[in-house]
Amino acid sequence: MNNIGFLAILRRDLLLAVRYRGDLANPLIFFFIVIALIPLGLTPDSKELSEIAPGMLWITALLASLLSLDGLFKDDFADGTLEQIIILPQPLYFMVLAKTIVHWVVTGLPLSLLAPVLGLMLSLPETGYLPLMLSLLIGTAILSLIGSVGAALTLPLNKEGILLSLIVIPFYMPVLIFGSNMVVLAVDGLSIASPLAIMGALLALSLLISPYVTSCALRLSIYG
Amino acid sequence: MKKLIKSSQQWVHKMASPRWFYQISGRWLPWLSLLTFVSIIIGVIWGLGFAPQDAKQGNSFRIIYIHVPASFLALVGYYIMAISGAIAIIWKIKLADVVMKSAAPIGASLTFIALLTGAVWGKPTWGTYWIWDARITSMLILFFLYLGVIVLQKAYSAQGLSNKAAALLALVGTINIPIIYKSVDWWYTLHQPATIKFTEAPSMHPDMFQPLLIMIIGFYLFYVTALIVSMRAEIIFRERNTSWVKELALNLKDKRPI
Repeated sequence: MNNIGFLAILRRDLLLAVRYRGDLANPLIFFFIVIALIPLGLTPDSKELSEIAPGMLWITALLASLLSLDGLFKDDFADGTLEQIIILPQPLYFMVLAKTIVHWVVTGLPLSLLAPVLGLMLSLPETGYLPLMLSLLIGTAILSLIGSVGAALTLPLNKEGILLSLIVIPFYMPVLIFGSNMVVLAVDGLSIASPLAIMGALLALSLLISPYVTSCALRLSIYG
Repeated sequence: MKKLIKSSQQWVHKMASPRWFYQISGRWLPWLSLLTFVSIIIGVIWGLGFAPQDAKQGNSFRIIYIHVPASFLALVGYYIMAISGAIAIIWKIKLADVVMKSAAPIGASLTFIALLTGAVWGKPTWGTYWIWDARITSMLILFFLYLGVIVLQKAYSAQGLSNKAAALLALVGTINIPIIYKSVDWWYTLHQPATIKFTEAPSMHPDMFQPLLIMIIGFYLFYVTALIVSMRAEIIFRERNTSWVKELALNLKDKRPI
């Protein structure tokens, strides 16, 4: 299959991410800081913390991924690159997919890798580390895919991220439910097979639909 | 056969013209409002005054006559909004765009009424205004989905852009509604509190059901009436620079007693 567009965008966006290294750390620092707020606001008691840890880690990771969505298409839209990408004789679906994958690689992936460390700080039991990482790896990919639709829809509005958050969060709810449930099940020593299967199904579905809807939304944003 | 198809196509195109819709709906509106008014008045008096008391809940169950029709139309309204949004995107029919824009706030208010009456009903039956029950939570999420569409619409129209993006969002919402509902169900069975039992009887007594049916019909009529009223306002706003709207405004001016 001829996928020059996909590979070119993948390469370009990864290169851009590496060049602007400073932005890479922002979601991670956000994740870290908000997790540090939790013991301050609730309780430093490790037993109570360990009970709320799966949900808190998941909600915070979700917010970190959400806040970084804003820039997904913004710069390319502002300097006209996006319009050039759209008129390329290449399937827009794959090019949008490439941009979304890069978004996941620079936010979701590091968040998932950092999560066990923060889990440790919230005294999450050790049995939860791997399922937390696994659920976040799959979950943040779904979040990036769904979020790309919202980012494309709000693109011409020049609004701050709050509008984007409002329209995207309801769609994030299923991912949060299954993701945090997976960690809770693992901590309780139960099988994580069923939420894992559902998360896989959600990932497959959003892989199929999201880039397509995002392409439609991008065309709408540019051509009206 | 070909002729029939052609004439029906012509009819659709005629219907889809905002001006024609404005004129014809002006003739429907008085009858529709009358029907709405009559059915809701009958339903309310019958339901609140004459329907028998519930064996377990006494009189407090009577809020069902507002709660159920409102929740019903809140859901139906989302699909009406999303389908007309799809029509607006695919066939670029202006009127469908107007339907979609007008349907969003009506649907959101009905969802809000459903949530509010549910809370008022919950206090005497469950002893609390709010519980994180699967159905209540799904309704709350539906409310958020409506709000998202409205907020996006407002943002677009503030910048003079068309609200196709809101239509697209509504469409994505329809794909997601079953997923969200299923996931909320799953979440609820995991955290199910043991103390709450649904006191609803599996089947309703006909004496209680008949007024409910009338209320549901009344709410449907109300929905259509409200939709038409706000669509007419939207049409006038969008076509404000056309000659027929100017004529309309001038005629109104002449008729107004000074």
